[in-house]
Amino acid sequence: MGERKVRYLSLEEGGFSLLLLSIAIFCLVIAGKTWDPVLAFHTALIALASLAGIFFIFRRYFDGNNTPAPLEINGKPNYNMAPVKFAAWASVFWGIAGFTVGVIIASQLAFPALNFDLPWINFGRLRPLHTSAVIFAFGGNVLLGTSLYVVQRTCQARLPGAIAPWFVVLGYNLFIVVAGTGYLLGVTQGKEYAEPEWYADWLLTIVWVGYLLTFLGCIWRRKEPHIYVANWFYLAFIVTIAVLHLFNNASVPVSIYSTKSYIVWAGVQDAMVQWWYGHNAVGFFLTAGFLAIMYYFIPKRAERPVYSYRLSIVHFWALIFLYMWAGPHHLHYTSLPQWASTLGMTFSIILWMPSWGGMINGLMTLSGAWDKLRTDPVLRMMVVSVAFYGMATFEGPLMSIRAVNGLSHYTDWTIGHVHAGALGWVGYISFGALYCLVPWLYHKKSLYSLRLVNWHFWISTLGIVFYICAMWVSGIMQGLMWRAYDSLGFLEYSFIETVDAMYPFYVIRAFGGLLFLAGALIMLYNLLMTVRVGESVGSEAAGQPAMAPAE
Amino acid sequence: MSAWKKHQIFEKNSLILIIGIVIMISIGGLVEIVPLYYLKSTIEKTEGMRPYTPLELVGRNIYVREGCYACHSQQIRPMRDELERYGSYSLAAESMYDRPFQWGSKRTGPDLARVGGKYSDEWQRDHLINPRSVSPTSVMPGYPFLMDARLSAIEIENHLKVNALYGVPYSEEQIASAKVDLLAQAEPDSDAAEAFEERYPGVLIRDFDGNEKEVTEMDALVAYLQMLGTLVDFSLYDEKANLR
Repeated sequence: MGERKVRYLSLEEGGFSLLLLSIAIFCLVIAGKTWDPVLAFHTALIALASLAGIFFIFRRYFDGNNTPAPLEINGKPNYNMAPVKFAAWASVFWGIAGFTVGVIIASQLAFPALNFDLPWINFGRLRPLHTSAVIFAFGGNVLLGTSLYVVQRTCQARLPGAIAPWFVVLGYNLFIVVAGTGYLLGVTQGKEYAEPEWYADWLLTIVWVGYLLTFLGCIWRRKEPHIYVANWFYLAFIVTIAVLHLFNNASVPVSIYSTKSYIVWAGVQDAMVQWWYGHNAVGFFLTAGFLAIMYYFIPKRAERPVYSYRLSIVHFWALIFLYMWAGPHHLHYTSLPQWASTLGMTFSIILWMPSWGGMINGLMTLSGAWDKLRTDPVLRMMVVSVAFYGMATFEGPLMSIRAVNGLSHYTDWTIGHVHAGALGWVGYISFGALYCLVPWLYHKKSLYSLRLVNWHFWISTLGIVFYICAMWVSGIMQGLMWRAYDSLGFLEYSFIETVDAMYPFYVIRAFGGLLFLAGALIMLYNLLMTVRVGESVGSEAAGQPAMAPAE
Repeated sequence: MSAWKKHQIFEKNSLILIIGIVIMISIGGLVEIVPLYYLKSTIEKTEGMRPYTPLELVGRNIYVREGCYACHSQQIRPMRDELERYGSYSLAAESMYDRPFQWGSKRTGPDLARVGGKYSDEWQRDHLINPRSVSPTSVMPGYPFLMDARLSAIEIENHLKVNALYGVPYSEEQIASAKVDLLAQAEPDSDAAEAFEERYPGVLIRDFDGNEKEVTEMDALVAYLQMLGTLVDFSLYDEKANLR
């Protein structure tokens, strides 16, 4: 009877308790001694979260019902999907938050009164909040959720550990909260897409190591000798983001009681490291990770195998090798030596090939199932996403050409390009994955409403079209106005005249963003209703994913 | 055995796959970054370059904090229209003490690499308080709160120390007197201003925000803006010196 309780703390429980305890003590010391209220707030928050973690570990231990979850039930893998569910809902939440901030800052550019002369909500502080919320909070949670789902399904194995997967998803979202509130309170490194300060970077580093080990641990348990192609991409994403993060954020804090740090790199070297990081945050966070989603969810949804195994091998190695060279195309005509930006441009153009190779591999997976585009709006969303990927990876190399970049750089064209990729590719593949994932996770036969998916698709597509067309026009127009000369050989426009000309396009852009946000809200409703009223799969198939009928 | 079969070693061994990934992603970065620490054009010594004064450094940190780089670049490209609009093209040496660099990637507003001395302190102050007061159709946010924020000198020596750690040539004396120097630059009539001028010859010593009662964040930001791009004298700069 009493035997159940006589169990030592497992290595995992003890290890995580020690880790969390040392984080909590370190943070409490800082919180107690710092003069900086923001750092006190953040370290107290991290300490509180760590202590809560220890509390839950021990509550579970003393509850007694703590035998390790069986790896298999009746010969079928016993998957650990609770952390996946959390990440899926977190991504929906952060997505809507991030899109909302995007609409706000787009409106601020058209109507500057919306800055309200306040520090916490001015454009300069909200802009990194928007980019981080959509890339790292929305995109990051989609990647966490789908990767932990896909690695379990394709390895036919349960995630290792009971605490590790929760440490990863909760720790990552804590990082998001610390980083995001930091921006609003004026804590930033001032490096684009790497704004979080040193202590948030340290937190992410610890979480990321946990992520890599959890992911690898599941791969090591696999029953198949081969690692599925989606997992190669996830691995490349996890490993490369770790490398990029460590180098780009190498910094020394002013003291451990200050939020401020100074980065190791300076000037032109910092510029190169930053865009080596920045472009590969696109290449590995927003591309490799989401290609992994493409390689799992599109074949699954279309019920067809991946088009070409060989193409996926070439695609994988070529993509990860070439992407790392492309960064300096952000620095044409700057103080960076020209050979470096030429290399960046050359490799960006070569990169077009593996990018389209991947697109073809995704699209052609539909061979023999093209009719499903008419009947399954979820599949349509993912296929259009791959089409946007193709468009953005054609436009990118084009804009990396020095002569084109001379016109496009510093203008809204870049913003439009980024959003073609972000809204079209990353957004749609994520929405598609969420529309697949939520019914699978909750054992529902199908989504609550495919008609609402259709509405989501068309409203947000209209939004994207408004957005990118407005940015093409305003960007190219501004670039041309800057370099326009009158017949006497003087500059034709003052700078402020080029700003004035942007106004209608900024309004159209904000409207496009609003439509995209509206689409996401429809998705939220649809997913909630799927969980609440969706018809469950019969009990005999419980634990298996339910495929939505393709009609 | 075909090449495709050989690839199985990556597909069957996660650690070999990771090693393959690390090798593939290392090459590009190494080739592009490492030479920048050796090439003459990226580590050139240029007449006029000096480290930021404490007030300018704090002003720069405010510039970073408010995310000015989201809309303003600090990098003039060698194109006819930019040379005419903004001035001489930017040199690598001009951002040698910039941590982080603030070249930016978007010009919703104009480039600021050489904004120093283009406008009066009063214009900068009025413009930061309410951009529409001097440029009626500007879309820039207003920063009136900078006028009310008294400048914090906490740990300012440490700011200089960390920079000195990276090789920024701050002297012991400059680090030791950072706290005094921070305020002295914005208090031209004080005794400390004289000692400050000896430590940082040739820098602007003015009451930048027009408020004699206290030194504010506005003082710091305007001091930073007013020195941007003014250090190198282009009538003396030899652009051939660093070519090879």
